[in-house]
Amino acid sequence: MLLLSASLASAPAVQAEELSRAALLSASCEGCHGTGGRSPGAIPAIAGKSADYLREALESFRAGEREATVMGRHATGYSDEEIRQIAEYFSKQ
Amino acid sequence: MGKTTRRNFVLSVGALGAATSTLGWPVPGHAKAAGGRVVVIGGGFGGASCAKYLRRLSSDIDVTLVERDSKFMTCPFSNAVLGGMYDMDFITHGYDALREKYGVKVVHDSAVDIDAGAKKVRLGGGSSLPYDRLVVSPGIDLRWDAIEGYDEAASATMPHAWKAGEQTMILRRQLEAMPDGGVVIIAPPGNPFRCPPGPYERASLIAHYLKKNKPRSKILIFDAKPKFSKQPLFEQGWEALYPGMIEWISETDGGAIDGVDVKAMTVNPTFGDPQKGDVINVIPPQKAGTIAEVAGLTDDNGWCPVNQRTFESKLQKDVHVIGDASIATPMPKSGFAASSQGKVCATAIVASLTGQEMPDPSYVNTCYSLVGPDYGISVAAVYRLGDAGIAAVPGAGGVSPKDAGDEFRVAESRYAVGWYQSITSDTWG
Repeated sequence: MLLLSASLASAPAVQAEELSRAALLSASCEGCHGTGGRSPGAIPAIAGKSADYLREALESFRAGEREATVMGRHATGYSDEEIRQIAEYFSKQ
Repeated sequence: MGKTTRRNFVLSVGALGAATSTLGWPVPGHAKAAGGRVVVIGGGFGGASCAKYLRRLSSDIDVTLVERDSKFMTCPFSNAVLGGMYDMDFITHGYDALREKYGVKVVHDSAVDIDAGAKKVRLGGGSSLPYDRLVVSPGIDLRWDAIEGYDEAASATMPHAWKAGEQTMILRRQLEAMPDGGVVIIAPPGNPFRCPPGPYERASLIAHYLKKNKPRSKILIFDAKPKFSKQPLFEQGWEALYPGMIEWISETDGGAIDGVDVKAMTVNPTFGDPQKGDVINVIPPQKAGTIAEVAGLTDDNGWCPVNQRTFESKLQKDVHVIGDASIATPMPKSGFAASSQGKVCATAIVASLTGQEMPDPSYVNTCYSLVGPDYGISVAAVYRLGDAGIAAVPGAGGVSPKDAGDEFRVAESRYAVGWYQSITSDTWG
């Protein structure tokens, strides 16, 4: 309580969420997979899947090891680190 | 400026109980926007996505979306309406979710002028909206002076149907009224224009309707270009589904038209005789939506030069332009690209208003086209910012494989519908 009061007293009037590259990268996925990865239609929902599952899926799409229509063409556009960030982002949705 | 969120702030205040007023801080929900005021002009893919993502990124920012119409009808899937596969309801979207779920203020009025010095948008209804940052996402307007004889009045007889709505319905009714054995002419413009694969998807889905209902009819595409988007895939699909029905006349074979005669129902190719059609769909050359021109955001070619990291106009400070109106080459003028740009722009604006560094942008495009109800093809690209502006990531993206089998085309036709449902819900839902 003391700590909380102290942080409140020093808080500035203008507040903003911290921007992250993970969110900006993931915004690209949300166009097809839905806001927050919650797809309303035929495109697979990815919200809340485990980060390991999503990372492995993206890596195997990128390597051409997993059958795909368009995902191979997307996954090749992202680095290992970017894939890790995207996987992490949707695992928390 | 700090990095504590209003969400955190509300939680903290909640923990302190009724201490809010004694601390003398504004009561959340009634406060003047602490994070700044953003006005977004245009409620299409670009503007609606930008407004929604601004609010997703920061609930402290006051976002007002100015859109003339209470409902938005999308160009994507309007060709499927022309083909008789869907009705207008399927492509019609409203603004309730933006209002109720995301707290976007939606004003149904026209933006008639922008005072970039005083930072105000003047509305057709007479009032003015002040802003800290302005986003202009007006889409396209048509160049009524580009093709002799083709003005706005002519579009009642020879619809362009390049903005979805009544124009789509005119073209649909004309196709329904046309006799079997009739000729449909589609005349697409040169580059750049909205939705590069659109005219060819349109030819495909009109052919789907005609094959079922008026199989002796023909479609002629008089093209102002020597090649077009996804061309080998479209031509392969036409051969498979509608052999002999669609004829494409390249610009190099005189396909460009320089005039029309609405009374005679003819188009005039640059060389060769006038061609008569029973239904004529003229898709004229385009430019950025009128408000962009009025506000001094356009260059000599009629499009808006922007900083491709933030989409801030190169011509007016604190004004951002996204979507079809902006120059974001090599990104196409597509709804999906506009939405991607809207999200990047929202991030740039939040960064600027809160004193944060903007993360490096990443942009995307994914466009499906239906050649038939069970035959889909796609194009995709991932983009990053290079020294010379936006650039496609080498080795990524591209079109559907030409040698794919039926199963692949069927799968992409299902994904096309899923893609539409996702991008429209990501934008308006």
